[in-house]
Amino acid sequence: MTTTTASAGPAPTAAPPRDRTAAPPRDPTVPPLPGPVAPLYERIRAGREFSAKVRSTVDVLWVLYDRVLRVTPETVDDSRRDRFLLSKGHAVEGYYAVLAAKGFIPAEWLDDQGGPESRLGDHPDRMLVPGVEIGSGSLGHGLGLGVGTALGLRAQGLLTPRVHMLLGDAELDEGSNHEAIAYAGATGLGSLTAIVVDNRSATYGWPGGVAARFTVNGWTATTVDGHDHDALHTALTGHDNHRPHVVVAAVDQGE
Amino acid sequence: MRDRFVDTTTALLAEDPRTALVLADISAAAFAPAAYRHPDRVLNVGIREQLMVGVAGGLALTGLRPIVHSYAPFLVERAYEQIKIDLDHQGVGAVLVSVGASYDRAASGRTHLSPADVSLIDTLHGWTVHVPGHPGEVPALLRDAVAADGSAYLRLSTLHNARPYGGDGALRVLRDAGPGAPLLVAVGPVLDAALAAVADLGVTVAYTHRPRPFDTAGLRALAGDAVILVEPYLAGTSARVVSAALADRPHRLLALGVGRDELRRYGSAEDHTRWHGLDAAGLRHSVGEFLDSALLGAGR
Repeated sequence: MTTTTASAGPAPTAAPPRDRTAAPPRDPTVPPLPGPVAPLYERIRAGREFSAKVRSTVDVLWVLYDRVLRVTPETVDDSRRDRFLLSKGHAVEGYYAVLAAKGFIPAEWLDDQGGPESRLGDHPDRMLVPGVEIGSGSLGHGLGLGVGTALGLRAQGLLTPRVHMLLGDAELDEGSNHEAIAYAGATGLGSLTAIVVDNRSATYGWPGGVAARFTVNGWTATTVDGHDHDALHTALTGHDNHRPHVVVAAVDQGE
Repeated sequence: MRDRFVDTTTALLAEDPRTALVLADISAAAFAPAAYRHPDRVLNVGIREQLMVGVAGGLALTGLRPIVHSYAPFLVERAYEQIKIDLDHQGVGAVLVSVGASYDRAASGRTHLSPADVSLIDTLHGWTVHVPGHPGEVPALLRDAVAADGSAYLRLSTLHNARPYGGDGALRVLRDAGPGAPLLVAVGPVLDAALAAVADLGVTVAYTHRPRPFDTAGLRALAGDAVILVEPYLAGTSARVVSAALADRPHRLLALGVGRDELRRYGSAEDHTRWHGLDAAGLRHSVGEFLDSALLGAGR
């Protein structure tokens, strides 16, 4: 397993051709779901066909909740908890399955997603689901809310919680993200970690790679195989606390 | 009004560590002393209005009370989805404070005009809207809004009445023409022109600087069968509220305010007030026609 790491550097003088080798080589077969998540994922799936992009986020979600985030069902209201903001709200079934696996929500809730009495929609709502930090669905809101959360924690002297935000490479099309990326980099908001699941679905791509959008603004960046748990864990804990950090989790195109 | 806003906000930042201010370059220089004293709570994100409101949502999620400020079109229109999603949908609140109003910066043209801001805020639920009519009304309204929990919109203007009126926003009768007389409700800085317009008519005049929540109980107590609304933003913005409050009684309603047409003219704010018929002469003409038609309709 190889990782590529980049840090702040000079902006390229000309846009290079889209770099399809930025992601490290990986086994083209998608590995099995994490053990504790698999039955819950199948339970919410209930025989439905999910698009590949739902599956593609499960590994990073599991690594976050299993090995990185300092938050438990008992601390969802503790001001010192780590935050996780799912910006790409449509990648929600794996999120619900992970929340159930970690005890934030009862597994029975998975049986009626989108039903009239259900708390689980096709996009998550923080007012309805314990442990969910933001309601999302409309793309491009998570980074701005995350920047504000990090600033609010800092203003109150809460310097240990980290704020993680998960988005997709196509979601980066939304200009609101670039407002947040530039500002967070310029002000050195070191408690932020963005995770971009890159399935190369952005209509016009990101010539030079997704990470370059962040590093040119002063973020540190690591690009890893989005299914490799150890590599994800290393990347998600590889921040220096002085600058915001982005982890690009590369998965197969369209996945 | 902007000066009073800057002074009051600067004081609030010093008094209450929950208070935070989010800017997008507009008025940043005026808040430089506050930013020096409270660098973690005076946050200028640059010319990034989507981020400005998103940051406010994030701050509120951590328990702070954000004040968010820019020109009305950039604060409300450009960042409307952030207001809807990053504040309301997250179940958190903020105090939005705009300058520019409908046409304070008339010579800047359409990009800086915002007659529809109150209508847009009115598509949301549970917001308090303050439209002060005098700089002296601003400090108390801002303090009340920041001390409360919900979301509020303060709409500041360079236009104002000759004197301030206090109170909590309940309709305040400034001229009483007796029971059953037509009721004119003036919102914020249009009051003086409205008073002048009906000086020789048997019209009761009531004032409010808080169109939302509208004082419907006061309206029902004061209204006869004819109501005239005069608002300094889009005409008809409060018509639905008045109609709903009086749904059980026959009444006629004249809703005056800023027109929807883009005039494509520069000039001064006073010019636009006249062109939209909101000066004393224009209001007198509209109210006179409305009341004459009532007399004709009644066969008198």
